[in-house]
Amino acid sequence: MQTLKTDTNVDLSEIKSTLKSEQRKILTKKIMKNKLMVAGGIIFILLCLLALFGPMLVKYDPHEMTVSDRLTAPSGDHLLGTDNFGRDLLSRIVYGSRATLGVGFSVAILSSLFGLIIGLYSSYYKTLDHILMRISDGLMAIPGVLLAIALMAALGPSTRNVIIALSIVFTPYIARVVRSVALSVREQTYIEAMRAQGASSFRIIWLHIMPNTISPLIVQATFIFSDAMITEAALSFLGVGVPAPDPSWGNILYDGKLVIFNAWWMTVFPGIMIILAVMSLNLFGDGLRDLIDPRVKSGKKIKGDKHAK
Amino acid sequence: MSQQIEERSPLLHIEGLKKYFPVRGVFGGLGGVKGYVKAVNDISIDLYEGETYGLVGESGCGKSTAGRSILRLTEPTEGSITYNGQDILQLSGKDLQELRRDLQMVFQDPYSSLNPRKRIGKILEEPLIIQSIGDKKERIDRVMEIMEKVGMRPDHYYRFPHEFSGGQRQRFGLARALVVNPKVIICDEPVSALDVSIQSQIINLLQSLQEELNLSYLFIAHDISVVRHISDRIGVMYLGKIVEEAPTDSLFKEQLHPYTQALFSAVPLPDPKQKKERIILKGDLPSPLNPPSGCVFHTRCPFAMDICSQAEPEKKEMGKDHFVACHLYN
Amino acid sequence: MQNETLLEVSNLKTHFGSDTGFVTAVDGISFHVEEGEILGVVGESGCGKSVTAESILRLHDEKFNTMYEGEIKYKGENLLKLPLSKMENIRGNEISMIFQDPMSSLNPVYTIGNQITEALLLHQDISKKEAHNKAIELLELVGIPSPEKRITEYPHELSGGMQQRVMIAIGLACQPSLLIADEPTTALDVTIQAQILDIMLRLNKELKMGVIFITHDLGVVAEICDRVAVMYLGQIVEEARTIDLFEQPLHPYTSGLLESIPKMDGDRSKKLNVVKGSVPSLDSIPQGCRFASRCPFADELCLKEMPELRPFKDEEGSKVRCWHAEKILNERKKEHVSTD
Repeated sequence: MQTLKTDTNVDLSEIKSTLKSEQRKILTKKIMKNKLMVAGGIIFILLCLLALFGPMLVKYDPHEMTVSDRLTAPSGDHLLGTDNFGRDLLSRIVYGSRATLGVGFSVAILSSLFGLIIGLYSSYYKTLDHILMRISDGLMAIPGVLLAIALMAALGPSTRNVIIALSIVFTPYIARVVRSVALSVREQTYIEAMRAQGASSFRIIWLHIMPNTISPLIVQATFIFSDAMITEAALSFLGVGVPAPDPSWGNILYDGKLVIFNAWWMTVFPGIMIILAVMSLNLFGDGLRDLIDPRVKSGKKIKGDKHAK
Repeated sequence: MSQQIEERSPLLHIEGLKKYFPVRGVFGGLGGVKGYVKAVNDISIDLYEGETYGLVGESGCGKSTAGRSILRLTEPTEGSITYNGQDILQLSGKDLQELRRDLQMVFQDPYSSLNPRKRIGKILEEPLIIQSIGDKKERIDRVMEIMEKVGMRPDHYYRFPHEFSGGQRQRFGLARALVVNPKVIICDEPVSALDVSIQSQIINLLQSLQEELNLSYLFIAHDISVVRHISDRIGVMYLGKIVEEAPTDSLFKEQLHPYTQALFSAVPLPDPKQKKERIILKGDLPSPLNPPSGCVFHTRCPFAMDICSQAEPEKKEMGKDHFVACHLYN
Repeated sequence: MQNETLLEVSNLKTHFGSDTGFVTAVDGISFHVEEGEILGVVGESGCGKSVTAESILRLHDEKFNTMYEGEIKYKGENLLKLPLSKMENIRGNEISMIFQDPMSSLNPVYTIGNQITEALLLHQDISKKEAHNKAIELLELVGIPSPEKRITEYPHELSGGMQQRVMIAIGLACQPSLLIADEPTTALDVTIQAQILDIMLRLNKELKMGVIFITHDLGVVAEICDRVAVMYLGQIVEEARTIDLFEQPLHPYTSGLLESIPKMDGDRSKKLNVVKGSVPSLDSIPQGCRFASRCPFADELCLKEMPELRPFKDEEGSKVRCWHAEKILNERKKEHVSTD
């Protein structure tokens, strides 16, 4: 028996590493098959790199006004032209990506966190469910942008407040998704088996139900990410988002609106950036959903006998 | 075998167990309780050490609810369940936790009973962590030992449940129950989701583990031939009640209750030459929401008399350890 | 008693498209059904028995991911070559099918009367009134008490056994000459199963139709089938008259299955016989005999070359797909002599 134990221990770490690399290989293969998802992912990573390192590369300060250079068209000096205050549009877009992606990212993280907690607990405790879900119904009844505007009006314009307002807007959506998955997981026999072992509710919720909700949560979070960016842009466009001198794609658009017939570049370039960011995230999210949901198998189905699982 | 049983006191003693599910009105809790589904209606079972008690019955007779009530996965409405001198229904907190070490359960569906996101090793280790047994290394050793016992290889430790077939998963389900060294295992239809050739593998495994570890099984199933093979004693359930209870051989020699007779005769035999007279029961199972008055079987019983719809039959001992609840034997 | 052959399937193959190429769920199956006989198709899950049934009616989407090969001759016509419009005329009318789960096979928003009359009106040129009367007759035929009342009920108001009877009534609506029953009693309790089997046997005798009865339960086969085909991993491994099959199983898989069922009588202290291992998955089928990896008699020949389904000379009508059927049988006979 003693020898057997040492044997198995030696084997185990080996087995573990080979298995993990095998499983990783299969996963990479699956990901690579979904070209749209890969494209979305690459575009998104490039955008993130732009936000992180872009500011070090551009030659102008986004706040620096050169009144003589107002509304110059794209040229060698100003690659994307200048705005109505003579600020370099390229640096404003690069700096603006920080604000926009930053808001999107923070909102996705915050609303995922709160949504996860709310969703899990409301799926497990019935009374809590009634209370929490009625509150989120109430929040979801008001259109997102409207609610965000109202909240911003109450909180006052600042980037931090944009994040807070949007997190409040999007948390119910995450909570709904988590709750619906958790409700079906809760009914599975393996949860009953854990109860038969005497596991505490905390353990069941966080160690056994939660891991099953993570993948749909991540998918939903990517959509929230892109939604948050659009909403942020909308808020900034309406003048209640990221406050004025700081650039964000939304308020560059707002500035461009006034001169749209004289300076097309001020609306086109930030517009393209918003579209790119939102589209890449949506493609990535769609691909991710297909990847984790075995039922959507790109239209093809393996069908064996009826009982075969 | 039965001689020995006589002298011992039961390991698990279930007395007058009842489980009623409230049926609520249209508006949930607001409408008030409309009635009760009497899923388990006053059953008593004794389970002795090292013995297998088979509980058979058709779907909806309450056999699974009975099994789940014993582990308090659903709170029984009434009755007492005594294990080792303590009433399970009175326990709470730490005592209940400790009791669960001795009482374990194996579930029917091997597909939904293992968490798809967890590796096999983690699934099997979990009961040990919950019961805080041993340290990390001891736990892994214990898991390895149990995996070997149920016929799986150590390199399955890091695999996911979906990589295995139904039979293999059921072995892991069994391993999870065994890992804390229980005395009693409640098997809720452990083989009914499996194919015939796999079914016999699991039955043999259950039997050899019983011999090796001196386990007691409460074996809940609808397949009568399987129950016959594995059980020492059998209880036949109908609509929340045990209508007949007897040692296996005695029950198969002679079925006393008309329901048992019909049930046994309905089992298709894998032998075309053995043409026997089937008793075809008329009608369907009555709703457990309002079970028939008197004897619950009288609506479908070919021998029903006047008294059957009026008085509930008492349990009577007809042969040695052979009990039946039927007015025919008054 | 030479009956006419109703359906003749020869070398049927069904391939399904998947991410990794084609999976052959049914691989070269040949069998026939005569008028008025019940052919049992047994096998474990994943052996392709349901796919075989669905292939006969061509229920899989051929444009998208399914490919059929071989020939399915129904009354002399090859069903695989028929245009879909003609096929639709055969489905439910000439050949009808009963599924395993009555709960999900009946549409919950229509009354059972609606669903039976729909089947009638679809294929027959009769008035609504006639269809209604016919529906009542059918319900009576399958043993549903007070059919005039029941006909206005919805599926959820009926129990599982009653629902399955309704399914049978729908299947019989147009008096098909062939009925395919795919595990019709698996979801039911034994006492209800006994009722349904009783009805099916009676109807088979009364209406003289051919029945393909698909099941995993050898007990049910023994009760109602005239002939049996045993399937394993997409192939038929043995075909014989029911009596012969249970008396003297030829293929090691069949005998293994038979011996692994717990018995209702006799000695129960013995351990159950076990077919070792588990069914390999369809996309990793071994070379040679498909059962070789689990067969106690397998040798090199079995691992290398796939045996054909061949007639077995000792028994009329028996076919077996095994290299060593004769040898195994002799050995078993010797064993019997020595133990007796």
